[in-house]
Amino acid sequence: MTTRIDTRFAALKTEGRSALVTFLMAGDPDAKTSLAIVKALPKAGADVIELGMPFTDPMADGPTIQAAGLRALAAGQNMIKTLSLVRTFRKSDDTTPIVLMGYYNPIYVYGVDRFLVDAKSAGVDGMIIVDLPPEEDGELCLPALSAGLNFIRLATPTTNDKRLPVVLANTSGFVYYVSITGVTGSAKPDFGKVAAAVTRIKRHTKLPVAVGFGVRTAKDARAIAAGADGVVVGSALVDAVKNSLDRKGKATARTVKEVTKLVAKLAKGVRGAGRKN
Amino acid sequence: MTVRQPNSFRTGPDEHGHFGIYGGRFVAETLMPLIHELEKAYAEAKADPAFQREIDAHLKNYVGRPSPLYLAERMTTHYDGAKIYFKREDLNHTGAHKVNNVLGQIMLARRMKKPRVIAETGAGMHGVATATMCAKFGLKCVVFMGAVDVARQQPNVLRMKALGADVRAVESGAKTLKDAMNEALRDWVTNVSDTFYCMGTVAGPHPYPMMVRDFQSIIGEETREQIMAAEGRLPDSLIACIGGGSNAMGLFHPFLDERQIEIYGVEAAGHGLKSGKHAASVAGGRPGVLHGNRTYLLMDHDGQIEEAHSISAGLDYPGIGPEHAWLADLGRIKFLSATDTEALAAFQLCSRLEGIIPALEPCHALARVADIAPTKPKDHLMVINLSGRGDKDLESVAKHLGGKL
Repeated sequence: MTTRIDTRFAALKTEGRSALVTFLMAGDPDAKTSLAIVKALPKAGADVIELGMPFTDPMADGPTIQAAGLRALAAGQNMIKTLSLVRTFRKSDDTTPIVLMGYYNPIYVYGVDRFLVDAKSAGVDGMIIVDLPPEEDGELCLPALSAGLNFIRLATPTTNDKRLPVVLANTSGFVYYVSITGVTGSAKPDFGKVAAAVTRIKRHTKLPVAVGFGVRTAKDARAIAAGADGVVVGSALVDAVKNSLDRKGKATARTVKEVTKLVAKLAKGVRGAGRKN
Repeated sequence: MTVRQPNSFRTGPDEHGHFGIYGGRFVAETLMPLIHELEKAYAEAKADPAFQREIDAHLKNYVGRPSPLYLAERMTTHYDGAKIYFKREDLNHTGAHKVNNVLGQIMLARRMKKPRVIAETGAGMHGVATATMCAKFGLKCVVFMGAVDVARQQPNVLRMKALGADVRAVESGAKTLKDAMNEALRDWVTNVSDTFYCMGTVAGPHPYPMMVRDFQSIIGEETREQIMAAEGRLPDSLIACIGGGSNAMGLFHPFLDERQIEIYGVEAAGHGLKSGKHAASVAGGRPGVLHGNRTYLLMDHDGQIEEAHSISAGLDYPGIGPEHAWLADLGRIKFLSATDTEALAAFQLCSRLEGIIPALEPCHALARVADIAPTKPKDHLMVINLSGRGDKDLESVAKHLGGKL
């Protein structure tokens, strides 16, 4: 199977540059603004869109993304609305890959089979489920692959050479390398170590490797892009949303603009990295 | 749901940590290598007689085991039915059953050469036990506690601080036990190389539910010997309160295959099961995935976790251990519940009839004894796990009773 993710990474490889992968929480700060933000992302320079599925108990996320999830839930976001956001986006953009990211429980409760059918038909290309390691592949990973959706796995600094093949076995789309041991938005990665880790992972797979956690600025993005096929930025963008809100936590005229402004800067950073391959 | 009855209820979990459909290892990749390392270290320790000998010595000389199996004569007369025994876990050092598990895990942390221990706590009893053992063995201790619980369980916060622990008030989410657990997991993801996560109940990713059960099974094993010595036969019924379910599993597990023994688990019904403000995961929840395992959870139709409510901070958790979930489906454990009000009445009655001030957690079990004991014949032997003492609860009980203790 070929998904929009495969097509996009292949095209960027020809272009000789890394992908900018942007993470935002679906429904943050509200469904309408969230849709406006997502619609504006490709033009601002996002190559792959990650959409968080809000969850009350995000155990691998730092305070920024925890708060974004709670904002979205408070505004009434749920799985049906998240899938509907994707469906609406697809009406005007049939090429930008969309990856849903989150935790297993909302999917399990929605029903795995129903979720895969609805996600595929909405135009979702893949998913990253933080609390489904390879040991639980039977739950969602294998059914997702049969349904024609990519299951993107996280590799971390604790994933050693012995374990990497286990992690990569049923991974498709791309590999998401978590640059630090820690939660999202917490610490700045050591760029040298990240480059070495990406090289190590590439010895085990032909899939593109994107790097995330702790990437905040155009300069960070540029540094990471020099060695990786993709750069994921999440907490910094979520912060841009949060900082644009009014005192009551509602969207303002600046909300979409603040996000696209940062995306444009990050895209410039990624494009300036000057990759060899 | 019809579930095929197994030949034995005591063989779980399977190698993937499953009890039927429950359990498992639903954690972030960063933690997976640590989970495997822990599983291996525990298997090795379990096979090493020196490990058990060391634990036994500390249980005897430091914790004060065996804890007595006490015949509650006045309560027996009061209900005029079953002969009621209390398993006195409240008499352990630190005041609850929690220490049995913590001792085992801290000995394991030492074997694994982990200098830093983290724990989550609700009422503070697991936090106090962890802080105590870390003090005894010279380990660094960090306890995560929801900010709401920090406010309502001040005596235990002070105890932990006196013992040298770093108590972190968790401000995220609803600021109670589940959020403390989230924060402990976030800490573990961040400090992977030097940190041991000492989990307080029979939940979390495999091998925790099995390991905590094994360490708590001393409760049931002692009960068996003690009741044989006192009565010359096994009990007819066992009853214990269930939040995550470690005190209950500790009492029940050694007796699961004696199928004639009735086993009752009592969940916290808070303001009542229909009020929506309760902590009864089996009675009011359904299967879901949280904190590393699949089990019964309180959640909304979108899979968002709901806040539990109970007067007892130790039962205030929206889930239950996966082995309990499995035994509930099989019908081996009969699940009941008790409200805040019923627990308070049991608190007063037990204090005055027996001269024992129980923690609010086992008061939920005592509340159901009030219904069950009178229906039983006088030769029916009933064992209640009196899992902790009530000193920590006096202030909140006084508040709820309008100052009239």
